[in-house]
Amino acid sequence: MEIILALSIGALASSGVWLLLRSRTYQVLIGLSLLSYAVNLFIFAMGRVQTGAPPILKSNVPGDLARFTDPVPQALVLTAIVITFAMTALLLVVLLAARGLSRNDHVDGRGSGS
Amino acid sequence: MSLAFEHLVILPILLPLATAALMVPLDERRRPLKAVIAVVSTLGTLGIALALLSFADAQAPGAGGAVYLLGNWPAPFGIVLVADRLSALMITLASIVVLAALVFSIARWQSAGSHFHSLLQFQLAGLNGVFLTGDLFNLFVFFEVLLAASYGLVLHGSGVLRVKASLHYIAVNLAASALFLIGVSLIYGATGTLNMADLAARIPTVADSERMLLEAGAAILGIAFLVKAGMWPLCFWLPGTYSVVAPPVAAMFSIMTKVGIYVIVRLWPLLFGAEAGASAYFAGDWLLVGGIATVVFGALGLLASQDLARLASFNVLVSSGTLLAVVAVGNATVTGGALFYLVISTLAISAFFLLIELIERGRIAGADVLAVTAEALGDDEDEEEVEPVGIAIPATMAMLGVGFAACALLLAGMPPLAGFIAKFLMMDAMLGSTAADAAPDATTWTLLALLLLSGLAVMVAMMRTGIRVFWVPIESMVPTVRFLEMLPIVVLLSLCVALTAKAGSAARYLQATAEGLYSPQAYMKSVLTAPRVERTEAEGGS
Repeated sequence: MEIILALSIGALASSGVWLLLRSRTYQVLIGLSLLSYAVNLFIFAMGRVQTGAPPILKSNVPGDLARFTDPVPQALVLTAIVITFAMTALLLVVLLAARGLSRNDHVDGRGSGS
Repeated sequence: MSLAFEHLVILPILLPLATAALMVPLDERRRPLKAVIAVVSTLGTLGIALALLSFADAQAPGAGGAVYLLGNWPAPFGIVLVADRLSALMITLASIVVLAALVFSIARWQSAGSHFHSLLQFQLAGLNGVFLTGDLFNLFVFFEVLLAASYGLVLHGSGVLRVKASLHYIAVNLAASALFLIGVSLIYGATGTLNMADLAARIPTVADSERMLLEAGAAILGIAFLVKAGMWPLCFWLPGTYSVVAPPVAAMFSIMTKVGIYVIVRLWPLLFGAEAGASAYFAGDWLLVGGIATVVFGALGLLASQDLARLASFNVLVSSGTLLAVVAVGNATVTGGALFYLVISTLAISAFFLLIELIERGRIAGADVLAVTAEALGDDEDEEEVEPVGIAIPATMAMLGVGFAACALLLAGMPPLAGFIAKFLMMDAMLGSTAADAAPDATTWTLLALLLLSGLAVMVAMMRTGIRVFWVPIESMVPTVRFLEMLPIVVLLSLCVALTAKAGSAARYLQATAEGLYSPQAYMKSVLTAPRVERTEAEGGS
C-alpha cells in the first residue's frame, strides 16, 4: 500500500515537473494538473496511511489514531482539490487567450508555429 | 472588550468580500455606481483597519492582540483570526494602497476591462485575510483568494503583453502554491497541528526523527513565500509582470511582494525563534544570502533598465531584498527598523507606479493603451532628442517632477524624507546590537555596505531617468492629468512626509511590533487561551 502510494506520487510529480518545464502552453497546463494530483495524494499521505479505518469517532471506541484515520488531511485535500481545479480552469482560459492573440502556443508567444 | 469590537477583527475580510460579491451582477454600464460603492467599502475597511491599529497601539507592551475564534471553536481546533500590531499595520497599509489604486483608476483605467472593482475588492479581502489569519491552511486559502483576484487584475486591460505576462505569472504562482501545500502538509505530518501559535508551542518538543521532516516542510513553505517576495533566484517573473500590468494594478501590487515578506516576518521568529530548541533560527543564513543576492540583482537591474516601469519593478526587488536580508539578522530592534522601511517603500513604490503612467503619457503619444517597454522605444530616442523645445515647465510637469524627486529620495533613503529615517534606524540597530567594546562582525559590515550601495544605485538610476524625462526636453506635449489621478499620488507621498514628521511615534509602534514578534509568548498565550463566547440564557436556543 505505502509503496504504491509513494510510487504514484513520485511518478505524478516527476512527470508534472517535466511537463511544466516544456515550452508549449498545453504541456505546462497538464504538468501543473499532474503536479497538483501528486500534491493532493501527498497531503493525504501525510495523515499516515491506514486501511479500513473510519475518520469519524465512534461512541464506544477509544479515540486514538491507531483505530481512526486522521480526518484533517482529508479535509485539507478537499479544499486543495477545489482550489487547484478552479485555478487550472482559469489558466486554461488565459492559455486560450494567449493562443488567440499570439497565434502560437509557445509560452513566450514565439517560435515556429504550432 | 465589547462584543461589537470583537467582531471588528473579521470585518476587514467580510466588508470587501461582500462588496465584491454585490458588484459582480451589476452591469458594467453602471460603472460610476460601482466606483462609488468600491470607494465607500474601501474607506470603510480603512476605517476599521485604523480602529484596529489604534486598539493595537493602546495595548500594553506585552499583550498579544485581539483574537477572533471563527465559529466559536477553541483555538487549536478551529481557525483563529488575530489582530495584533503587525496585522493591524499591514491591513492599514493594504487598505491605503488599494484605495490609492482605486481612486487613480476612476479617471480612466477602470473602463479598460470588466469587473475591475470587484476584483480589486476581492484582492483586498484576500490581503486582509492573509494578514489576519492565525492558521497555516487558512493562510493558503486566503493566498489563493488573493492570487485568483490578482490573476484577473494582471489581465485587466488585455493586450498581447499582458496576456503573456499573466500566463507566466499564473504558472509560476500555481507551482508555488503546490510547494505551499507540500510544505503545509509536511509540517502537519511532523507536528500534528496547523495553528501558528500551537505550532510555536510544539516545535521545541518535536522528536528528532520528525525534526528533519519539519525543517524540510518549513523550507519548502518558505520557498513558496519567497517566490511571492521575489527573492533571487525566484524573482525572474517579477519585473516582466510588474512592468506590463495596468498602472493602478501595479501600484496595488507593491503590497503583494510585502505579503511574502509579512509571512516570513510573522512565522520565522514565531516558529524558529530563540525558543525553538534545535531548530532555532533555522535557515537564517539562507535568508541573509538570498536577500543580499536579491539586492545586488535588483540594483544591477535598476542601473540597466531603460524605461520607467522596469525601473519601478527593480525598485520592488531592491526593497524586498533589503527587507529579507535585514530581517534575517534575527534581532528585534533591527526588525523594527525594517518594518519602518517596509511601510515607506510600499507607499513610495505605489506612488511611483502611478506617477510613471502620468509621465509616460506625456512622452509617447497613445501610451494610454499599453505600457510600452524599452525594447519598443529602442532606437527612436535619438531622433526625439534632436529637436530641443525650450518650453517652461508647466504646473503639471512641476508636480510630476516633485513627485518623482520625492519617490527617488524615499526609495534611495536620502534625507530629508522618511526613507532616510528607515535606513538610519536599521543601521543604528545593527551597529547597536553588537556589544559596545566588540567591533561589528562581517555580516553587519556587509549589510551596512549593502544598504548604502543599494541606495546609491537607486539614486544613480533614478537621477539618470529623471534627467532624461524632465530636463532633456523630448516632446512639447504636456500630459493631461486629471485631479483624481494626481490625488492618490499626493496623498501617498504626503503620508510618507507625515511619517517623516511623526517618525518618533511611528518608530515606537513598530519597535513594539518587532519586540512582540521576537517574544511570541504573549501571542501564543492570547491565541491558545482565547475564551469562547458563552451562550447566555437570553440568546439560548437560537
